Amino acid sequence: MSNDTALAAQEPKTLKTDTLFVNLGPQHPSTHGVLRVGLTIDGEMITKAVPDIGYLHRGTQKLAEVRGYHHCVVLTDRWDYVSAMPNNLVFCLAAEKLMGLKVPPRADALRVVMCELNRLASHLLFFGTYGIDIGAFTPFLYAFREREMILDLFEMVCGARLTYNYIRLGGVMVDVTPEWLAKTKEFLDYFKPRLDEYDTLLSFNPIFMARTQEVGLISAEKAVNWGLSGPNLRGSGVNYDVRKNDPYSGYEHYDFDVPLGKTGSCWDRYYCRVQEMRQSVRILEQALAMLPHGEVSATGVAKVPKPPSGESYAHVEGSRGDLGIFLVSDGQASPYRMHVKAPSFLNLAILQEILVGNKVSDVIAILGSVDIVLGEVDR
Amino acid sequence: MGIVLERLPGITKGLPGGELVLTTADYFIDLGRKASLWPMTFGLACCAIEMMASYASRFDFDRFGVIPRASPRQADVMIVAGTVVKKMAEPILEIYHQMPEPRFVISMGSCANCGGPYYDSYSVLKGVDRIVPVDVYIAGCPPRPEALQFAVVKLQEKIAKMKLEKGQGATLQQQRGSRDVVSDKPNEEPPIPARIGAV
Repeated sequence: MSNDTALAAQEPKTLKTDTLFVNLGPQHPSTHGVLRVGLTIDGEMITKAVPDIGYLHRGTQKLAEVRGYHHCVVLTDRWDYVSAMPNNLVFCLAAEKLMGLKVPPRADALRVVMCELNRLASHLLFFGTYGIDIGAFTPFLYAFREREMILDLFEMVCGARLTYNYIRLGGVMVDVTPEWLAKTKEFLDYFKPRLDEYDTLLSFNPIFMARTQEVGLISAEKAVNWGLSGPNLRGSGVNYDVRKNDPYSGYEHYDFDVPLGKTGSCWDRYYCRVQEMRQSVRILEQALAMLPHGEVSATGVAKVPKPPSGESYAHVEGSRGDLGIFLVSDGQASPYRMHVKAPSFLNLAILQEILVGNKVSDVIAILGSVDIVLGEVDR
Repeated sequence: MGIVLERLPGITKGLPGGELVLTTADYFIDLGRKASLWPMTFGLACCAIEMMASYASRFDFDRFGVIPRASPRQADVMIVAGTVVKKMAEPILEIYHQMPEPRFVISMGSCANCGGPYYDSYSVLKGVDRIVPVDVYIAGCPPRPEALQFAVVKLQEKIAKMKLEKGQGATLQQQRGSRDVVSDKPNEEPPIPARIGAV
């Protein structure tokens, strides 16, 4: 008997351990919808994570094939229901390309205003729910206080709180009133100091930072390889923003920065969003100051548009990333095919890689920081 | 303070001295049930965001005794907030049966009521009432938080009318306090109830 085997025989027998399969979702308060993640855990460590989607698959892309172009805008509201304005916008941009519609400048500016307001509302929801995920309940109440004010503004202009259907083919639904403009400026003045409040409340809270700063790291290379976009990509330090790189609706006229993270941790992704709120406020202030006069809708938008055969692609910087639409028309009243390039869907994919090797308690921190909306993932 | 838990005329009356209040068991139990309806946080789609808004600062659902619970085992009412797709139908049924009785269902929004904007979609269940009995329907896409709160008030009104019937004259449902019992035969697989009215 060699010396090694003798030593091995003397070693105490360790307890036999098995991996355990844990279901996260589809009913789970922190999955932000109906995501199911199948986790295989070895003790506290995650060895495998498989996202299971489709619990909110509503068949929107197929439905678009039997809806008219105007009716499709209604469907777009319900992909990313937290920020519906960019969804409206991206469909209209793609359809307008097909139809060759020219959008008046005031409508373009109003589209930017609405999208940025909606980005604020969306990031506020993220801010609130991410706090809850980590264990801080109070930020949720603060975030919703301000979010309700933004929803009031939307309600004032188009009558809906969540599903707006405000951006229409060729322009927007209605012009804004002077009272609305005054109220929006008032809100922005109120909102700017609140952002500093959020920083003291959550961003630089030591417990919050300890829970999120070294967790869920995504390197820049990995982020690009997995096709991330939006704050998740920028949190890793990659400077890509559709508003800068491929401007639409006159974003090239506004002066704003693209906030970037450093390490790609959960905190970086979180802080990118908080910084983006400041930039949105900047864009809003400029847009409201130089709002052009004139019509808000193009002339000659058909009641039943039948664009000529062809295809078009448009993409915008939605609240969650690079949201694109591919439209194919065969000359009929409904699209021949509509495909949505949904940022949440792509962002979700990376979970199966970054969850592995983390502890169970960090799963929600990572899941929350990626900020998916299941309506957009499943469509 | 003692409570006389027998069937008395439905009058609540303070006796002289203030030591004793007479009431009926029904009134007392229903009071407890309706004043602390704990819903399960169960967001499916867009309506879930409005449901969250109802819990948050402006609308403050706590005033109604409504405190969201994360587990179906602790919940009284399931708010089906959003589109029920066919893949999700089975988990919903399972979660419904995990809730302790008496359990209530609020169908929030057009999708959960009847399919809503997805009335012709291949993957959407056209109404959650096809799988679980629904107490209150709320129209809207999505309904406002006030509408959800109104639905809870309506549900409270409904609960206030619930009666505990025992002995002769009581239906099997009333005896067991369950809406799922539709058959006298214990071994028979009960069919899925649809649109059963008040208990």
